[in-house]
Amino acid sequence: MQYLKNVVTLKLNSDLCSGCGLCAIVCPHAVFEIKNGKAHILDIDDCMECGACALNCKFGAISVKSGVGCAAGILNGILNGTEPSCDCSKENKTSCCG
Amino acid sequence: MRMGIGRDNYIVTPGLYKVGNPDKHSDVLVSANYKLSFDTLRKNLDSLNIWILVIDTKGVNVWCAAGKGSFGTDNVVKSIKKLSLNLIVENRNIILPQLSASGVSAYKVKEQTGFKTIFGPIQAKDIKSFIEAGYKATPKMRKVTFPMKERAKLIPVDLLYSKYKILAIMCTLFLFSGLDRTGFLFSKMIDTGLFPVINVFGAYIAGIVFAPLFLPWAPFRAFALKGAFWGLVITVAINLLFKEPLLELTSLGLLNIGIASFMTMNFTGSSTYTSLSGVKKEMKWAIPFQISLSVTGIILFIISKLV
Repeated sequence: MQYLKNVVTLKLNSDLCSGCGLCAIVCPHAVFEIKNGKAHILDIDDCMECGACALNCKFGAISVKSGVGCAAGILNGILNGTEPSCDCSKENKTSCCG
Repeated sequence: MRMGIGRDNYIVTPGLYKVGNPDKHSDVLVSANYKLSFDTLRKNLDSLNIWILVIDTKGVNVWCAAGKGSFGTDNVVKSIKKLSLNLIVENRNIILPQLSASGVSAYKVKEQTGFKTIFGPIQAKDIKSFIEAGYKATPKMRKVTFPMKERAKLIPVDLLYSKYKILAIMCTLFLFSGLDRTGFLFSKMIDTGLFPVINVFGAYIAGIVFAPLFLPWAPFRAFALKGAFWGLVITVAINLLFKEPLLELTSLGLLNIGIASFMTMNFTGSSTYTSLSGVKKEMKWAIPFQISLSVTGIILFIISKLV
């Protein structure tokens, strides 16, 4: 299953990439592939912006505006004037982030 | 339990746990202190000798905690130092669940503790084969899926989520059913009030049960449209059972689509593949769409009672 097209903020700077492959390991949607010593994005629309790749890229080659894609959380954020927040711990909801 | 009942009893005390008879050469697994995660992990480690480092994620599961920061670099570093892991094991590796990677930066943990983070598979059931294969995961072990069985598990939680709002809408429409050119007729309310209640309940089920359960079936990517689709389907289905005047049916159809669309949009939070940017983009048109459909539906419903 794939979500909306052409919307995610994931960016890869090949010049900084060392080809270590950690992005491909941590990505839960197999967005990256290592070929010829560099990471490549296979299908960017598979990305869910979890941010694992960018957080684990020692070389700063990946950037993504990460967050939880959760409508209730975004609504909470708008209503409270804060950043999107699921608050699963407060509401005892296990569902908000899977 | 998933619904929050007895949640407090489902926290594992943070600390270092033994599985089998681990020694200074054994592997160290890091886990959230959500009891379901911890128990599943333990069950899948039979015949292995392993340390489990349980960190305090406030009883929240790995992925959720990683997203919120409690299963994060700082917490992992703190736990390693606090428990003096460097004195307990001689190796300098820790195995973390892959889904903690959105909270834990492996190279920062290494810098701060000397321990190298190895990201294990997503599912606890694959841990054993991962270790036996020399800390190698197959591509399948690294991919999050969202099969019908997993989606079905999340439905009970969402069913309770908006129960008061939906009851309020049902009561309001039940009352409105008694509206008449002559004022308000109690007998009319009793006679015709059930129809809108059935519709709204149907729309709620369509948005929360049908749309998530048959998620890939609806021909749209946006969750709000998937919900709208199932809202339309349920309206048609209900009309096949109860023949009602066209205007009333149309009004309830609009309301159904609005409600089901909103409910399914909220399922984005439970899904495992929606992005923040995508949900924001969707909501920009979906919220006005849902509000205008619902308001128009309710106005038309009132008109249908007065003409």
